[in-house]
Amino acid sequence: MLLIYLDEQALSADEREQCYRDSTQLAHQLDVAGQYVAASPLQPASTATSVRVRAGKRVVTDGPFAETKEQLGGYFLIDATDLEEAVAIAARIPMARRGTVEVRPVVHLADLPD
Amino acid sequence: MSATALDAHGAIDAVWRIESARLIAGLTRITGDVGLAEDLAQDALVVALERWPESGVPDNPGAWLMATAKHRAIDQLRRGKMLDRKHEQLGHELDAGRDSALPDLDAAIDDPIGDDLLRLMFIACHPVLSTEARVALTLRLLGGLTTDEIARAFLVPESTVAQRIVRAKRTLREARVPFEVPRGAELTARLASVLEVIYLVFNEGYSATAGDDWVRPELCEDALRLGRILAELVSEEPEVHGLVGLLEIQASRLRARVGPAGDPILLADQDRTRWDQLLVRRGLAALERAEYLAGALGPYALQAAIAACHARARTPEETDWTRITALYDALAQLTQSPVVEVNRAVAYTMAFGPASGLEIADALVSEPALAKYHLLPTVRGDFLAKLGRFEEARAEFERAAALTRNARERDLLRARAAGCARGEP
Repeated sequence: MLLIYLDEQALSADEREQCYRDSTQLAHQLDVAGQYVAASPLQPASTATSVRVRAGKRVVTDGPFAETKEQLGGYFLIDATDLEEAVAIAARIPMARRGTVEVRPVVHLADLPD
Repeated sequence: MSATALDAHGAIDAVWRIESARLIAGLTRITGDVGLAEDLAQDALVVALERWPESGVPDNPGAWLMATAKHRAIDQLRRGKMLDRKHEQLGHELDAGRDSALPDLDAAIDDPIGDDLLRLMFIACHPVLSTEARVALTLRLLGGLTTDEIARAFLVPESTVAQRIVRAKRTLREARVPFEVPRGAELTARLASVLEVIYLVFNEGYSATAGDDWVRPELCEDALRLGRILAELVSEEPEVHGLVGLLEIQASRLRARVGPAGDPILLADQDRTRWDQLLVRRGLAALERAEYLAGALGPYALQAAIAACHARARTPEETDWTRITALYDALAQLTQSPVVEVNRAVAYTMAFGPASGLEIADALVSEPALAKYHLLPTVRGDFLAKLGRFEEARAEFERAAALTRNARERDLLRARAAGCARGEP
């Protein structure tokens, strides 16, 4: 899982559109190479809803889990053979030049739906 | 000739196209010699031509031909003719004793899972043969085409084709090419040759390199038929499905790409309602199968995927050019072909604007393989004109006009050059 963190205020509307176009291109390139699983940008952190269950009770609050300078802005789920390959792909994500891409291996659970 | 006789001849032609490959394949297995097998199959055809007009076409004409050819084979075995002609090559099948070999013929000639057909494809496309010989032999043995039909399809004299086929059969005999399906790494290498032959046959039908007709659909159908059979026989090989997907989708446009006067209609100008949606669906299904079987797509599957992007778009504007650029990126990397690079440049222009396409095209200017390739200056001219660089564009269109051998195209290019001189794109 490649998690893309960025300062939401850093991009102009035009830059964001360009970023979406470049990211779409990258997604197609990964798909053609058999490395693509899923990807999507996320709405701004201000639209987030955080959910916790405490003492059996659901606690729902507006806003992200943590207020930080960089927020989670989108993700790529890819099929890479090792960390080196994943890092190489992460470096091709347009927002890697402006924010941070966090590479996190996923845990495979056998019985998840397709 | 009576109506029945006419019907019979029509039926014989049709049956021959469908059944001859299986017949020759089974007989090759028994005799170990493609040439002899074809003679036996032809003999059976001659008998059919004599009898069917009177007796009527049998209920199962394929089985009838098979039985007749089998009897001929047995007769020849009995009379020892094959022994004269073949001795050593026949090897153990005859050593086992003629009489005891006979009952096995029934089993030997039946080929329910098509292994013999597959062996025949691999023999006809064997690397000891030249590409022309592979194409001719494949159409003759597997496509059921006559020498005359092959000659007309490729616009070469019949004697040339006949010679190619005779020589090819002799080469196979002398090289003692075994009648078998290669395994492992050899399968992949040999399969590439079979795929190439099918691809060549299709392309010669799809955009003829010679003659007055822009397309010859019969050749496309022959290639498609062979490809479909191959896809059933080696169903685990992704590139076979890639090729079939490509051919199905290309063939879906056959009706739409020729104007009333036989003139070519290019993709963007085609009436998409005339695309054959059944073939499109078959093509997309084949591509899906290739994608399912392969991690990264091979060159045929990539081309099929590009064709699929066009097939899915109901209007030219709906075309997913971003995906097409990604597919061309992969194809260019795989093939290292400068011609693919030119197409990649066009895709980039469509997806991201003329500056991005021009960047790719500019890098090709010093490519020696493209020195006489008129499409490179054509696309560079187009990109430059789109960027408003009319003087450079004009020079490119002039250069392209001087390189093309097609008169219609030359006129179009001159007209565009003149337009650029006036400052119009």
